[in-house]
Amino acid sequence: MKTTYREAMRAALREALQRDDRVFLMGEDVGAYGGCYAVSLGLLEEFGPERVRDTPLSESGFVGAGIGAALNGMRPIVEIMTVNFSLLALDQIVNSAASLLHMSGGQFNVPLVIRMTTGAGRQLGAQHSHSLEGWYAHIPGLRLLAPATLEDARGMLWTALADPDPVLIFEHGSLYAAEGELADDAGPVGIDRAEIRRPGTDVTLITYGGTLPLTLDAAAQLAERGVAAEVIDLRTLRPLDEETILASVARTHRAVIVDEAWRSGSLSAEIAARIAEKAFYELDAPVARVCGAEVPMPYPKHLEEAALPSAARVVAAALEAVGAGA
Amino acid sequence: MPSLGADMEHGKVVEWLVHPGDAIHQGDLIAVVDTDKTLMDVESFEDGVVGGYLVDLAETVPVGTPILSLAEPGEEAGPRDERRPADEGGPVPAAPPPEPAAPPAEAEAAAAPPAVPRPTPAGRRVRSSPLARRLAAQLGIDLATVAGTGQQGSISEADVRRAAAAAPGLPAPGAPPAGLPEHAAPPPTPPQEPTPARAAEAPAAVAPAEGRTASLRASLGALMAKSKATIPHYYLSTTLDLARMGAVLQERNLARPVSDRLVPAAFLLKAAAVAAKEVPGMNGYWTDHGFDPSDRVHLGVAVALRGGGLVAPALLDADTLSVDELMQKLRDLVARARAGRLARTEMASATITATSLGDLGVDAVFGVIVPPQVAMVGLGRVAERPWAENGMLGVRMAATATLSADHRVSDGLGGSRYLTRLQELLLTPEDL
Repeated sequence: MKTTYREAMRAALREALQRDDRVFLMGEDVGAYGGCYAVSLGLLEEFGPERVRDTPLSESGFVGAGIGAALNGMRPIVEIMTVNFSLLALDQIVNSAASLLHMSGGQFNVPLVIRMTTGAGRQLGAQHSHSLEGWYAHIPGLRLLAPATLEDARGMLWTALADPDPVLIFEHGSLYAAEGELADDAGPVGIDRAEIRRPGTDVTLITYGGTLPLTLDAAAQLAERGVAAEVIDLRTLRPLDEETILASVARTHRAVIVDEAWRSGSLSAEIAARIAEKAFYELDAPVARVCGAEVPMPYPKHLEEAALPSAARVVAAALEAVGAGA
Repeated sequence: MPSLGADMEHGKVVEWLVHPGDAIHQGDLIAVVDTDKTLMDVESFEDGVVGGYLVDLAETVPVGTPILSLAEPGEEAGPRDERRPADEGGPVPAAPPPEPAAPPAEAEAAAAPPAVPRPTPAGRRVRSSPLARRLAAQLGIDLATVAGTGQQGSISEADVRRAAAAAPGLPAPGAPPAGLPEHAAPPPTPPQEPTPARAAEAPAAVAPAEGRTASLRASLGALMAKSKATIPHYYLSTTLDLARMGAVLQERNLARPVSDRLVPAAFLLKAAAVAAKEVPGMNGYWTDHGFDPSDRVHLGVAVALRGGGLVAPALLDADTLSVDELMQKLRDLVARARAGRLARTEMASATITATSLGDLGVDAVFGVIVPPQVAMVGLGRVAERPWAENGMLGVRMAATATLSADHRVSDGLGGSRYLTRLQELLLTPEDL
């Protein structure tokens, strides 16, 4: 079945609403407007205002309400328009959702799913375009998912709802329109393991979410130049599937991490550190990173493009790593 | 216990050259180590004050075992008992265990896996990937002998594999050709003068054991067989006009005591080194990637050992030495080679080798290239010969110089340029 990432996500929401009465969706504009990325378009008509609820513009308020609902036995899916806005709910997410199980001595799980858009590339300016998932990846008590493919867009939500603890799903804004084939019987997918999206032997390209397509593009270009790049899609940003990363680096001896987020203190920094800690003697070249420029995301198209990782930059970094740099 | 050769796994200290409480500096000789091949001097990697010995004399220990404890200058130097033969992955290589206050780069190097020498021949720290280090340790490759092609000239896994493929059983890089008459390389040298104390304490240093001579011959033979089997040699020869050189030599020597006199080899080797620097394709290493030229000239000099066998330690940066400096270093090198007191850097770093027949008197020597080098210069007897020029016949000092070079890297034209340049340089010996 030909479909889009947006439609796959909507199918996942619809399935969740159908399968479990405790599931409901809430967030700004998710109902009457159909979601600002049209993911929930039509669901209000299908499931009614009890299950698809528009909220006031108060992230702290409705995320807090979601936590309360989860504590009381519901399975809320809370949508935050962009990861930038989630900072208004940071206290709820970090101090409540992530901490309650621990603080209650294991008595209170918070089975909450929060979806949010992340990333740049659509000329939305600095306040709508950042990739802050790395910050959340710092927080124990949270699981972070980054679906990059139609299968994962379709399948991760249900698995996340089945998790008794808070799960954050980061959907890169540039992926919604991505089209492709999805099996008619596509359903829940595991959320524990990273996936090797392209096998290779010369260098490991590690990425997730919105930078997966350009990384695969880079791998294809590298193949034309005789460099077999392995592409790892992390899928789960916390906890990291270290095993897959280390095993790949042990095969290729070189790693390039592609992350749209800023380099300093980022998820890419964490991955690079783990490789240095646990695969040091496998390395035949320094771990390289291709990250977003450390500036608030510019609005003008050419500047935004310049600030973001590109396939060309990934190719250059990989060639450098394999000793074939210009 | 540093690695003093590509295939060295064990060594034993046969003599301490420092005592507890001595203040020493980087590069100072601290011990004499017996390897399977020869006795070698071990240099200190650090400044400091000697604490205590960590191994017993004549005890065979694996490469990487700390042998001496060292304190920072000024720090209380106490003997250390702990022996740390192995970290994960292998023993630490530094002779002196790294001191906490050591500068980061030093400490980092000291913590590296075994068989990894700290300084390169050039005295720089070896830059290599962790994987390359690990592999080199496994394969027993001395990283100082490996040319790096990775980022910032670092040694990569591929470089180590190339080096391993190029030199299986490489005894100590720089061994001279086998199958030649035993030649006393550089000319007569004053009787070697090991310090009396040393000679007394380490009689073994004077004459290598017979078994060692045999094993040296065997490994040398294997290396030369490999050279002849894998390197397409071509050979050139020319007769050098050394009239001017002879005159300069005589003039300079007139004013000197016998012990300080120059010998023809000093000029010849200097010219050989300068020409190697100037003519492409003679100075460097052959790797799987192809020719890897060296921008420094470490001139290997074949030295015949007493009791048989040859070694070819290098005169580091020979092209930059004055003839007098070169003479002095040559004397020192030959004496130490024969006393079995060569330093690792000298054994591992030659970029081109010269073999001189000195006073033994054959006219020409066609050498066998020492892998992974790409050229060997042969210098025959320097003697008066009839010389025709401008329709006149005269008598001049002359010698036959030969070049054995790797045809994968250069050809007869390049080789001719080398020999021609050698002659040119020797026509103005005062400029050398």
